[in-house]
Amino acid sequence: MSMGTQPTTYWETEPHHHEDGASTGIGFWVYLMSDCLMFAVLFATFGVLHGSYAAGPGPKDLFDLELVAINTAMLLFSSITYGFAVLAMSQDRKAATLRWLGVTLFFGLSFLAIELYEFHHLIHLGAGPQRSAFLSAFFTLVGTHGLHVAFGCIWLVTLMVQVARYGLIAANQRRLMCLSLFWHFLDVIWIGVFTIVYLLGMI
Amino acid sequence: MSAHTNNNHAHGSHRGYLTGFILSVILTAIPFGLVMSGGLDSRILTVAIVVGCAIIQVLVHMVYFLHMNSHAEEGWTLLSTLFTVVIVMIMIAGSLWVMFHLNTNMMPQMNHDIPLESLP
Repeated sequence: MSMGTQPTTYWETEPHHHEDGASTGIGFWVYLMSDCLMFAVLFATFGVLHGSYAAGPGPKDLFDLELVAINTAMLLFSSITYGFAVLAMSQDRKAATLRWLGVTLFFGLSFLAIELYEFHHLIHLGAGPQRSAFLSAFFTLVGTHGLHVAFGCIWLVTLMVQVARYGLIAANQRRLMCLSLFWHFLDVIWIGVFTIVYLLGMI
Repeated sequence: MSAHTNNNHAHGSHRGYLTGFILSVILTAIPFGLVMSGGLDSRILTVAIVVGCAIIQVLVHMVYFLHMNSHAEEGWTLLSTLFTVVIVMIMIAGSLWVMFHLNTNMMPQMNHDIPLESLP
């Protein structure tokens, strides 16, 4: 080891230069996984409390599967229309991208409207979150999912304004891909919700 | 250039989205149809079909909509997902298991089943 004149070890004083947004994909994915853990806790809570009716109404008295089926269809349609938006984006077709994002927003808002109607209907029946542990767990789990969809819709509007104003620049493409993951992820969570909360409750 | 082809892969294809959509519709229609028509005679079998369809549909969504594969982000996407799945399983199965035993062992009604003489 030569001491003094020539150092043998170099410490990098400048940070690595990464391509702008190169780590966004994995970073956003890790966020989604942590969100998934939060939903897992809510599912576990619902699983533990699903039979605690406190002599109140149960799933068979409350749920309307036709409404849930329509809601599921809304979310499924919104998933494929978002997919078409991403395809239009990759072909650099701005107008088509905006159109498909608009259709996705319509389906997302329809989902929220139907869910709010359902919640309103349940609370009107006296089956609000304070009625029993089962209903507290139900409103927390389904409500948290609905809240995610609501924020997804806000994000969607924001990105539509961004794309309309600045076009399909690299930053906007990256943001659209993040929202794509978020949107499809919410659809995956909804599969768990309609299976565990609604279908298994009605069997 | 390689980044560009990578991007195209991450965006999926028209055919991929349609395949995923059609499979999802089928896998949603089966459990809904089954439960709405009153279910099979065997409750266990009905539950198994409903849960089975859900698991397959989650996988369909992951492959066709979320475009998951073993080489995205050098495998870190898959690895973090597998880690999450393990934690989720432990959390859900553990909670249900512990709380089920807590309920069966601590329900006040349980005392009714035990003859008073047998109590110490």
